[in-house]
Amino acid sequence: MSERVREKLKILSDAAKYDVSCSSSGSNRKNHNKGLGDTGNGICHSYTEDGRCVSLLKILLTNFCIYDCAYCVTRKSNDIRRTAFTVKEVVDLTLNFYRRNYIEGLFLSSGIFKDPDYTMERLVRVAKQLRVEHKFNGYIHLKSIPGASDELMYQAGLYADRLSVNIEIPTESGLKLLAPDKDRTGIIKPMNYLKDEIIQNREEKNIFKGTPLFAPAGQSTQMIIGASAESDKDIMLTSDELYKKFRLKRVYYSGYVPISGDKRLPGLDTAVPTERENRLYQTDWLMRFYGFNVHELLNTTFPNLDQEIDPKLSWALRNRHIFPVDINKADLYMILRVPGIGLQSANRIVAARRFQSLNWENLKALGVALNRARYFITCSSADFERRNLSGTQIKQLILSASQSRYKSSVSPQLSLF
Amino acid sequence: MIKVIYDGTWAGFLSMVFEVYDQKYQEVNIVPDSNYVPDIFGNDVRITTDQVKSARVWKGLKSRLSKSGRENLYACYLSEIKGMENTLLSFIKMVFSIDGAEEAYGDSAVLKVKQISKMVYREKHRMEAFVRFQLTADDIYYAVVEPDFNVLPLILPHFKKRYADQKWLIYDKKRHHGIYYDLRDVEEVYFKDEVVHTGRMDLQEPEVSYQVLWKDYFNHVNIKERKNNKLHIQHLPKRYWKYLTEKIG
Repeated sequence: MSERVREKLKILSDAAKYDVSCSSSGSNRKNHNKGLGDTGNGICHSYTEDGRCVSLLKILLTNFCIYDCAYCVTRKSNDIRRTAFTVKEVVDLTLNFYRRNYIEGLFLSSGIFKDPDYTMERLVRVAKQLRVEHKFNGYIHLKSIPGASDELMYQAGLYADRLSVNIEIPTESGLKLLAPDKDRTGIIKPMNYLKDEIIQNREEKNIFKGTPLFAPAGQSTQMIIGASAESDKDIMLTSDELYKKFRLKRVYYSGYVPISGDKRLPGLDTAVPTERENRLYQTDWLMRFYGFNVHELLNTTFPNLDQEIDPKLSWALRNRHIFPVDINKADLYMILRVPGIGLQSANRIVAARRFQSLNWENLKALGVALNRARYFITCSSADFERRNLSGTQIKQLILSASQSRYKSSVSPQLSLF
Repeated sequence: MIKVIYDGTWAGFLSMVFEVYDQKYQEVNIVPDSNYVPDIFGNDVRITTDQVKSARVWKGLKSRLSKSGRENLYACYLSEIKGMENTLLSFIKMVFSIDGAEEAYGDSAVLKVKQISKMVYREKHRMEAFVRFQLTADDIYYAVVEPDFNVLPLILPHFKKRYADQKWLIYDKKRHHGIYYDLRDVEEVYFKDEVVHTGRMDLQEPEVSYQVLWKDYFNHVNIKERKNNKLHIQHLPKRYWKYLTEKIG
């Protein structure tokens, strides 16, 4: 392996790392041909020092780009080294990393060189070569390039497990300001095309077992958080629409890492908004797995998440009239709404109470975070919270009893009020 | 209290369950042969492993436990945690006396089986993630591991499916055994330690280049502005580092 490939790998992985998607799950491609690889629930093979999962070989095919998006390191006007992999080099790296159990597969994106079709055609060629020539059954995630032809998009779906096109900026106005070469309609178009193809493929698969796989792990997208002045409500409403209208598997939230002195963007000394990112992910989970409607969590009177506490607790404090919930009687839907009870403990509670009434000790053993849950539940015990506490008091009690990762960075703001 | 000694195998464990029911032993303390220390006033019983008896117990468990319930039971056995057999026996007694008992998490043995099996499965998952193969001159991809629990039997199907077109060997240095795939089947193998884990196996020419590329990649996907060492170590505990190519050197 030549030094040139080393250089390329450094440059093109550096450029790809701001895309936070790492998922290698949701596909069901089996090793049917005694070839290489098999997909399942997804595996993080390593973790970077910033604590992020390394699951796929995530690289750009090239960082040459004809666009000039302010938030992107690869933008045309940025003075950086430019290079490009050959198709063979990417195929070789993927196979050799995979064989050593370093990765689950390939996540291939690219700067736009020449035009969208030219770029997309190269991405498809890599995937096709892996699948057809090398009998590779590992995970492949390709970027769908806005503006590429439907035919190429279709080809991509045949070889890739997941396709994604990034929304980038949560609001249309923000996108116009920061990425003058792009527009929301152009981004939505491939997403919409693929959604229809995926639906059609699943229907055909129900009838004919031999129907080829088409993007079995569906589509995902990413929004950059904190690069423009959007509220949490703007972000999550967009997200909700993407899940519902385009049936996305995942929406990723990527805190903006300052990479440019551009006046339209936060300054270079701005911290990455990791707290905000975390609260947004929690909200996303509540929408997808806990049966919450987005408007319950964010609305006109409450447009931004409380950074100090998790969004479920925050919601519960605004809806005190629903509580306390009786752990031994309430249905799963309500138990999932109790702060400090996760999916797993909720299911265990519902299973275990068929055999005996549960008390505080049982709940603790089952994994419930009682420091939060205790203000919102009753169980098989005469001992429960009898004080008439206000929401603010509860919040303070919980905060003072817990060691939030974010406490130190958030508390200075408290003195403002 | 009767001390019951079995040979440490899964079939031996199930035979022991059979005897406990058959002989109506009430209070027992189960000890694998490897941990057995004879005591002078001991009331010790040695169990003979019997395939017929163990098959009968397993058949009984199959009719009383869900698939995941059985998997959890087996995973707990693989944990090799001292005293686990006693927990498993009281779990099994629950299972045979109460319908659906595997979900009665209010019972300490039932909850413990759930929790320990979760630990074992987490270790299984980690091994599926953290195995790092090196290509030897004999065309074998080989890896050394030291898992907290004896998870090789659990990871075998995963690697067999995934790496169907390459020969591979995963060696558990702690337990002195390995699994080897020869392009057709997987078999259990035993080696003289020094051959395997001192890395004296000859590597193929491009092997080192790929290791360097992987390290480069690992370092370049990191975003310095987001450094979070606590999270890094939480996901990638230090005890695994010595076999992780990207964390060596």
